[in-house]
Amino acid sequence: MAARLALRGIAVGYLGLLLALPVGLVFYRAFEDGLVAFWDAVTTPEAMHAFWLTCAMVAVAVPLNTLFGVLCAMVLVRQSFRGKAVLNAAIDLPFAVSPVVIGLALILVYGREGWVGEVLIENGIRVIFSPVGMVLATIFISLPFVAREVAPVLREIGTEQEQAAETLGAGPWQSFLRITLPAIRWGVAYGVVLTTARALGEFGPILVFSGATRMRTEVLPTTVFLELSVGNLEAAVAVSLLMVAAALIVLVIVRVYGMEAPSARVKRP
Amino acid sequence: MAISYLSVIALIPLAAVLARSTENGLDGFWAAVSNPQAWAALRLTLIASLIVVFVNAVIGTLIAWVLVRDEFRGKGLVNSLIDLPFALPTIVAGLTLLALYGPDGPFGVNVAFTRFSVVLALLFVTLPFVVRAVQPVLLELDREAEQAAESLGAGRLTVFRRIILPSLAPAVIAGCGLAFARAVGEFGSLVLITGNLPFKTQAASVFIFAQVESDDVTGAAAVSTALLTISFVVLLGFGRLARKAVQDGG
Repeated sequence: MAARLALRGIAVGYLGLLLALPVGLVFYRAFEDGLVAFWDAVTTPEAMHAFWLTCAMVAVAVPLNTLFGVLCAMVLVRQSFRGKAVLNAAIDLPFAVSPVVIGLALILVYGREGWVGEVLIENGIRVIFSPVGMVLATIFISLPFVAREVAPVLREIGTEQEQAAETLGAGPWQSFLRITLPAIRWGVAYGVVLTTARALGEFGPILVFSGATRMRTEVLPTTVFLELSVGNLEAAVAVSLLMVAAALIVLVIVRVYGMEAPSARVKRP
Repeated sequence: MAISYLSVIALIPLAAVLARSTENGLDGFWAAVSNPQAWAALRLTLIASLIVVFVNAVIGTLIAWVLVRDEFRGKGLVNSLIDLPFALPTIVAGLTLLALYGPDGPFGVNVAFTRFSVVLALLFVTLPFVVRAVQPVLLELDREAEQAAESLGAGRLTVFRRIILPSLAPAVIAGCGLAFARAVGEFGSLVLITGNLPFKTQAASVFIFAQVESDDVTGAAAVSTALLTISFVVLLGFGRLARKAVQDGG
């Protein structure tokens, strides 16, 4: 019993010191000077602009990556072709590569001296230091989640039901919509949650590729970075709190719907 | 279609990094990587990541154990809290740590701008990997073998070492591999709390950022390639360890 309590104490203590206390303190700091001060800090023109820009990034990147993720999972599970193993490994690259390196990689292709950057600029398309580039960076960083969550579910459900539907005269599109999609919906949902969290949270590639120009390429994490760089802790904390709140909402959604990562449920080899 | 999307977004840009890193030949690559500041940054990243992986292996397994085998009030809350580092923007992770363990911290504990802060930030962002890898395995673990061993007179430690650990080892190693990959590349949480002092607290990712800022793209690409190589080699090592653990665990 004593050993059990000791283990519990270590686990809870570690989590408390590393997670709960720091996050709790941000709540405290954000409201230290009252609600008005907090409200003023998050409604500055810069913060508002960053907020809407962040929403726009998520609104573009998440649907695209969801589409790609489902497609990719279907290809990986249902088809066999040469180089499948390579594709399988390549999908995980955005996890394995540093966010800064992702930003650099985009510069080298789409930047001023990049492989296609010059052609694009001549045609009036500016990717670097522009919202287009930010979308690209956001897509890159949150690419693998949906595919990674959907693939194990697809493997689990097999193809029997789809084949049955097809024998009964359903077209491939119909059998996908009526059979496959309902079966993988929780995998998709969990993937979307993870994609959104990552798209909101990882600003490394955006910072490197698109810079941190106020009111132009500033997303919410950039605001925190910029405010803190000039020593404005209050504003940084207030904006952070918005994102902490968003993170907590994500956790609650996952919990309320009892979603569990399908990728974690499947036994590892 | 899936492949072309992946290529445009991810593969071609990464290939560009590799191509650019050797633009000035292998000598140029080597000169950029062995520049003392780059070297120090790479070393710091590697050592800090290994420390973090080790701590995670121990404490992550312990937390997973407590979450599966123990019962106490608020366990559900603790369980949800584990995923917080995944849901939280990395820059906010850095800020929260800075608020508590920085110069204005309420307990007078100030680790900001020290090497320990690098480890602390990395511990924060990598927390869920080992816990979430071990938890499902522990849930499905057959307790009969443990009970049998205990009834045959094995002590708790022996049961853990001989029965439980071999079954958990592949999951622990898999979690460690993910945590390592994340730690090596981490940027957002480090940029605030470490102060980015060259030779002292500047991690490789932050060093690359500084190089891009000062327009040394080729140097940045070289260090990036070195970083990619390191994480690739270590991940291969983890993969080999995991396979060995599966064989040993029967």
